[in-house]
Amino acid sequence: MRLLLAFQEVFLVLERPMDRLSDDDLALLLLIRFFELKLLALFERGELNGTTHTCLGQEYVPVALRTLLRESDWVFSNHRGHGHYLARFEDPEGLLAEIMGRKGAICDGVGGSQHLKRDRYLSTGVQGQSLSVAAGVALRLKRHEPGALACVYIGDGTWGEGAVYEALNLAQLWRLPLLVVVEHNGIAQSTPTALQMAGTVEGRARAFGIEHERLDISDISVIRPRLAPRIERVREESRPLVVEFATHRLGPHSKGDDTRPPDFPRADWFAAYQAAHPVQSARIEAAARTRIDRIAAEVAARPPAVWAVA
Amino acid sequence: MRAGENLNRALHGLLADDPSVYVLGEDLLDPYGGAFKITKGLSTRFPDRVLTTPLSEGAVVGAASGLALAGGKAVVEIMFADFAALAFDQILNFASKSVTMYGTRVPLPLVIRCPSGGHRGYGPTHSQSPQKHFIGIPGLSLFEMSPFHDNRAVLDRMLALGEPSLLFEDKVLYTRRMFEVDEPFRWDLAGDVAVVRLDSGDSDVLDIPPGDLDYVLIVPGGVAHRALAAMRSLLLDHDLAGVLMVPSRLYPFDPSALLPVLGRAPLVCVAEDGSAGGTWGGHVAAGLHTRLWGRLARPVKLVNSADSVIPTAAHLERDVLVQDATIRRAVLEGPRPAAPASSPRRPRAGRAARPRSRHTSRAGPGPSRWCRTTGSRAAGCSRTSRRPRCGGRPGPARGRRAPAAPATP
Repeated sequence: MRLLLAFQEVFLVLERPMDRLSDDDLALLLLIRFFELKLLALFERGELNGTTHTCLGQEYVPVALRTLLRESDWVFSNHRGHGHYLARFEDPEGLLAEIMGRKGAICDGVGGSQHLKRDRYLSTGVQGQSLSVAAGVALRLKRHEPGALACVYIGDGTWGEGAVYEALNLAQLWRLPLLVVVEHNGIAQSTPTALQMAGTVEGRARAFGIEHERLDISDISVIRPRLAPRIERVREESRPLVVEFATHRLGPHSKGDDTRPPDFPRADWFAAYQAAHPVQSARIEAAARTRIDRIAAEVAARPPAVWAVA
Repeated sequence: MRAGENLNRALHGLLADDPSVYVLGEDLLDPYGGAFKITKGLSTRFPDRVLTTPLSEGAVVGAASGLALAGGKAVVEIMFADFAALAFDQILNFASKSVTMYGTRVPLPLVIRCPSGGHRGYGPTHSQSPQKHFIGIPGLSLFEMSPFHDNRAVLDRMLALGEPSLLFEDKVLYTRRMFEVDEPFRWDLAGDVAVVRLDSGDSDVLDIPPGDLDYVLIVPGGVAHRALAAMRSLLLDHDLAGVLMVPSRLYPFDPSALLPVLGRAPLVCVAEDGSAGGTWGGHVAAGLHTRLWGRLARPVKLVNSADSVIPTAAHLERDVLVQDATIRRAVLEGPRPAAPASSPRRPRAGRAARPRSRHTSRAGPGPSRWCRTTGSRAAGCSRTSRRPRCGGRPGPARGRRAPAAPATP
C-alpha cells in the first residue's frame, strides 16, 4: 500500500486518448523503444558485455524536448541515456557500436552505455555530478553565447545526492540558463520514492527560488506548447528551471533486476497510443523493428573498436 | 619576493594575458582576497572572471570543469587542501576521467589550488598534506609550489596540459622568500627539478663531485626549507654534503634525468609532510628501486609525518610533523634499517609529549671542514682528512661561489 501511494504522487495520467503524433516523432519514439528492446534481447543471448539501463516507457521525454532544444545547447545525460542520445542525433548505429564495442563506436568503446560525448552532448555514470558541470557550462554560455542553455537529465533518485543542491544554489545565485529535466519514474533502481525522498522535487526546487513545472502526461503535442514558453524564459532571462516529468520505467533498472510486484503501476504510453492510432502505429512499428534488426546485424558483424588515444 | 606574492602576481598575469581564464573559490573577493591573500586584487581587476562561491567545493570544481569543457580555463582555490576531499568525486570521477573516457582526448584545462601543510596550529582538519590521496589517478597531475619554481611558469604549464591538475601550496612557504638559498649552497633547475648542491663551481647542475654526494634528499616544495636546514646542519656538524632535489610536478614523477646522480649516492631519502602509509615517497621509492636495482647502496629512506592526526597544540603538532631534525636524523641513520624513527613518533595518548631525544650522529659532532661561522669551506681542508682547520675566515660574499676546496681522491 505504501508503495502504491508513493507511486501515485507521480502517476502518469493516460486518461484521455493520446493526440496523433507526426510520423517523424513516432518514428523516433519507436526507434528508441525497439533499440532498447533489442539491447535486452542481445543481453539475454549473451551478446552484450557489461550492463545497460533502458529507458523503456520514458522515450517521449527527450523526444518532446527535441524540438525545444537547439544545436547550440549542451545536453548532459545520465546512466539511462540512450533515449536522450537518440533523440539528439538519431544515431542508433553509433550507439549500438559503442555498447557492443564495435568499429564506429561514438567513443571508441571506452565510455560504453553511460559515458558518451559527442559535440555538446555528454553523459556520465555518477549521480548528481553533472549538474554542477552543466552549471559551469551554462555560465560560459551566458557570457559567450547568450540564448543557449545547458540541459541536464536526472532522475528522482538523483535528488539524494548533495551535489544536486550545491549546483541548484549556484544556478539560481548566478542566474544560469540551466534546464533540469527530472524523469521521475517513482523508482530509484529498486527503491520506491517513498523510501528515499522526504518532501517533493517541487518543494526542493522552490526552496532555491527556482521555478518548477510538473508534467504528468505523455502527449507530446501537449507537452511542447506547455514547455516552450518556459524554456524560452530560461534562454531570454538566463534563469534555471526544473521540469519534472511523471513517467514510468517499464523495464528493469538494468537487466533482469526488476523486483517490483506485477501489479506495480506501469503505464505504457505506447500501448495507449496504439489503441488510439492503430494503423499509424503498426506501420511505423514495423519500420522501426526492421531498421533496428538490420542495424543490430550490421553492427554485430563489425570488427572490434580501436581505442586510438589513450 | 615571497612565494605568496609570487603566486599572487602569477594569477594577476594569467588573468591579464588570457581572457579565457576564470578564478573561482571561497572568500576570494577583495578586500578579503582569499584566506591566505593569494587572490588579493584579482576581483578588483577582473570582476567578471573572479568568482566568489558558496561553500560548495564539489560544485565549484564541477562548475570549473564545465567552464573548461566549454572552452574556458579555470583555476579553483580550495581554502584548505583538506577540503579537496569534498570535491573528490568531481576530481576522480569527472574531471580527470573526462579527458580520456570519451575515446578521443577532451581538453580540460583546470588547476585546483590546495593550500596544504601544518606548522600553523590549525589542527587535524586544516593542516593535512593530502597529496597521497590523489596519486595514481589517470588524467590527473600533481604539482607543488616550491621556493625555486616561478608560479606563473608552473600555472602556464599546468593549464597547457589540457587536463586537470592539483597545485599543493605549503602555507608556511607563502611567507618564505623565493629563489634564495644561503651559501655555501647554490641551486639550479634540471628540467622540472630544482637541484640544490654545494657551490663547487661546476657548471653542469647534475655534475656532482663524489665528495659532495654523501646523500640525496628528494622533497616536495613545501619541505624544501626544512631540508635546507637539515643540509646545513649535516654539513656543519657532521661534515656530510648532500644534494637536494625539489620537483615541481609530483605526479607523474619521472626521475630519468636524475638517475645517474641517484645511482651514485650512498643514500637517497625522500621526505614529505603526508602522514605515514601509502605515501608519495613510497611511490617514488618504488620507482627508484626498480630503475636502480643493483646500483643503490641501500633502500631509499622515507621520511613522513607520523601515522596520526595532526594535533593543534604547537608542541604536539611539532611531534607529529616532519621537522628539519627529522630529516637530519634520517640521513644520519641512513645506513641502518629503516625504522619508525624515520617518522616522528606519535605521542601515546595520556602521556605528555616528551622532548625529542637527540640523535646520535654518524660522523659525530666535531671538527668540520666547514666553518660554522661563515658556512663556507674552511681553508686548507681536505675531503679525506677529517681534521680540517677553520680559521673563522670570512667567506665569499653571498651569491658568489665559494672557491673549490682541493679534493684528494
